[in-house]
Amino acid sequence: MYDPLIIGGRELKSRFFVGTGKFSSNQLIPQVIKASGAQVVTVALRRVDPDYPQENILNYVPVDTILMPNTSGARNADEAIRIARLARASGCGEWIKIEVIADNRYLLPDNFETLKATEVLAQEGFVVLPYMNPDLMAAKQMEAAGAAAVMPLGAPIGSNRGLRTKELIRILIAEIDLPIIVDAGLGRPSEAAEAMEMGAAAVLVNTALATAGDPLQMAEAFGLAVQAGRQGYLAAPGIVHTTGQASSPLTDFLRE
Amino acid sequence: MRIILNGKQTEVSSDVTISTLLKSNDFPEEAVLIEHNGAIVPQEEWANTELRTGDKLEILHFVGGG
Repeated sequence: MYDPLIIGGRELKSRFFVGTGKFSSNQLIPQVIKASGAQVVTVALRRVDPDYPQENILNYVPVDTILMPNTSGARNADEAIRIARLARASGCGEWIKIEVIADNRYLLPDNFETLKATEVLAQEGFVVLPYMNPDLMAAKQMEAAGAAAVMPLGAPIGSNRGLRTKELIRILIAEIDLPIIVDAGLGRPSEAAEAMEMGAAAVLVNTALATAGDPLQMAEAFGLAVQAGRQGYLAAPGIVHTTGQASSPLTDFLRE
Repeated sequence: MRIILNGKQTEVSSDVTISTLLKSNDFPEEAVLIEHNGAIVPQEEWANTELRTGDKLEILHFVGGG
């Protein structure tokens, strides 16, 4: 089935984006990416710590992957812009996930600062994907500011709580003319399928894979769920009734 | 002389460039990004960017993230 997702001029076959944080070993990352079928992968930018040298994560990401660095750690628009410019200077492409968080307990994004960063970076030619609270007015402003997609959260980052913001995301899907990518909080494949069935353009998952008993199997399961949900959406589900509607022809001969 | 390296006061020799600093600290050159006094420094300029007392240098790299 030919059903590409186009973002920033790139045609994506896979609607499943994965994050690379918190895996027990870097060696798992290429296997997880392969099992998931993901073409877009997030990474983060941090200070090098000479006392705890870490391997270069990019060595573990297949070369044909679209890298989407995030601005995690940014507490305001200026910090997010600084991280985005640094990431682009590394030559890893134009995509950037804006993540501006000043709330350390729930890790909820600051839509206002995220919008400011989106506006500046979109003008600088970045492919900007803002991570946001699913607020319709804010999403409209992100769209006007030049976002390539919007990424509302399903539940707090890393919580595995599922599609808690469902009703608000449904409104974004109906009202915003950009791909809606559900990012954060999804813990189970069924939740990814549910988001896709509602008409989400894609989902982004990290913790659910990294904290699963078998991350590779979970990556594959999510990949299948995303495909199943997408096909269910495209197939246009039938009308919901409150009473039973017979599936078999009624057998009148027994009563005559 | 002292510079601020990744947020910490650090003693370095007085004629150090970004390149020599990376080599002397075993930082993998191919994997890092450099910000010098708030400005991004492309790799081709590392060898001729001399550091001065009080300079702020950030050495960054990509790690796993969601």
